[in-house]
Amino acid sequence: MSDRIFGVVGILLAIGYVFAALAIEESFLSDAVGPKAFPLIIAAILGLSSLVIVLRPDAEPHWPALGRLVEVFASVVVLILYAEMLPVAGFVVATAFAAAYLAWRLGSAPLEAVLVGVGTSVGIYVIFHLVLGLSLARGPWGF
Amino acid sequence: MEMFGNLADGFAIALTWQNLLLALLGCFLGTIMGALPGLGPSNGVAILIPLAFTMGLGATPSLILLTSVYYGAMYGGRISSILLNIPGDEPAMMTCLDGHPMAKKGLAGEALSLSGIASFVGAFFATWGLILLAPQLVKIALLFGPAEYFALFALAFMTLGGVSSTNQAKSAFAAALGLGLATIGVDTQTGVPRFTFGEVHLYDGLDFLVAIVGLFALSEVFIFLENRHGGSDAEGKKITVGKLYPPMSMIKQTAPTMLRTSFLGFLAGVLPGAGASLGSFISYSMEKRLVDKEGTFGTGDPRGVAAPEAGNNAAAGGALVPMLALGVPGSGTTAVLLAVLLALNITPGPLLFTQNPDVVWGLIAALFIANFMLLAMNIPMVGLFTRVLMIPSRILMPIVAMVSFVGIYGISGSTFDLLVMIGFGVMGWVLRKLDVPLVPIILGTLLGNAMENNLRRAVTIDNGDWWTLVDSPLSIGLWAIAIIGFVLPLIIGARVKAKMHARRDEEGSISD
Repeated sequence: MSDRIFGVVGILLAIGYVFAALAIEESFLSDAVGPKAFPLIIAAILGLSSLVIVLRPDAEPHWPALGRLVEVFASVVVLILYAEMLPVAGFVVATAFAAAYLAWRLGSAPLEAVLVGVGTSVGIYVIFHLVLGLSLARGPWGF
Repeated sequence: MEMFGNLADGFAIALTWQNLLLALLGCFLGTIMGALPGLGPSNGVAILIPLAFTMGLGATPSLILLTSVYYGAMYGGRISSILLNIPGDEPAMMTCLDGHPMAKKGLAGEALSLSGIASFVGAFFATWGLILLAPQLVKIALLFGPAEYFALFALAFMTLGGVSSTNQAKSAFAAALGLGLATIGVDTQTGVPRFTFGEVHLYDGLDFLVAIVGLFALSEVFIFLENRHGGSDAEGKKITVGKLYPPMSMIKQTAPTMLRTSFLGFLAGVLPGAGASLGSFISYSMEKRLVDKEGTFGTGDPRGVAAPEAGNNAAAGGALVPMLALGVPGSGTTAVLLAVLLALNITPGPLLFTQNPDVVWGLIAALFIANFMLLAMNIPMVGLFTRVLMIPSRILMPIVAMVSFVGIYGISGSTFDLLVMIGFGVMGWVLRKLDVPLVPIILGTLLGNAMENNLRRAVTIDNGDWWTLVDSPLSIGLWAIAIIGFVLPLIIGARVKAKMHARRDEEGSISD
């Protein structure tokens, strides 16, 4: 069933890709092939392979229980927040929080999670910024 | 002998303090990454690329660092195979079969040192193979025009699925998805924006480094979160290494095996779409058929340890041949290495050998040096790396995730790229669950523009005649191989794959 849904999504993707390809405005200085042909070939392969996936699906993959899916989803949200907060809060603070969250969700006890978070963040800051001179996000406190 | 002159120049480049230190660092990190289940050669190299890039390393030093990681990971994978019966990365899968039984018999130290020697032999001969074969391949590649290149790219995609995936439709899907992603951005030939939906950030196209790090490294973090696999695999198991040097008789007994499988592994590596996993698989299978008369394979036969290790390291070297000589990688990690070259504005392929001989020969010399470093690290110091196995993934995975973010942020300093990377991470996770291979996606995003440009150049030169794509014997030959490579696995591949993938886990999607 998963493969059938996946295949249908693939076909829809291919159709959407065709429409987007047809909508490309051609420049008057075009070569003999133009900017549309290659995408249309790709769309055909995408659509055909999706169709085969729909018609001949593999065995059902092992999906996690709902609780674990929520877990993955929550960590995605945290990582998005991390990306958005990085320029606002600065590298060290934002990274400490994100790393601590991940460590906690992977089964660390709260104290260990905090230590992992702070350790990762300060460690990366020292190695990559102070030693190697990589520019990291600067927060209001300059780190 | 032009070859030795070139090699001497290469050593002159590689033997600087900076390059030696980078090789040492790469070997060390690579061995650790190979040893840790969950971090393999492709995602290990992937998270280090942005860092090498932002540290402002030049082309040769970056390549030295990253290929040392690649060679190191091939060595490191065996450690957890032998000690824990869990392959540290996919090519080390076959090493479990005899390595772990040896460890159970109290011969862990012998198994580790013997496999270290086998790895050395495999990598050593493969590096010589690279020197001998790559220039010959370059001579052929210099005859290629745009039509032949287009056929060559098609060949790479069509054969990639052959062994790496269990389902040809899914690998075709992955290739098309990657190529489609590559078309995002301003069209290089006519300057019109394509698939950008008005988003300015997309005009330059998607950065393939962002895609690679997201697909390989971040999706791994999600897999661990999903399984809440927070402990270390070594927890609760006693690791005793014991004696670190194999008896001379054991080396003598396994020497013919190592030599045979080095050759076989190298060939498997050179072939498109194969890579190190296949190298170790066919090496083990062939040796079992050839020398296993008493049925001792699978019960801790030293030859069963030497065969896959020599095979996978030789294949790792062999896989560099098409990547350097043709610019078409055949495996996951070489695809990632290709990304390094492209990110540094170096076009691999035949011209690399004439325009940047310093890069090629410096790299080859560094591979020899790294191989000796790895031998030294992996026999006397193997105890250090066994301790790495004790790091629980609840500590390791947050570090991997954060280093990925730092690398990507370091390149562009843009939040948008980080969000795209998270998107790729989620996509990689879903696709891995569905058993869609990720390597064709990466290869598609890397080669998409070159493939399209060659197609358009070929057709434009011939005034819009599409038949030009198949009107030279070379391109017809390439298309024929491509079609055979795509169809053959459908007919005979099922049996081989069932055997090869019997032991694999979700790492299969990023197999190398």
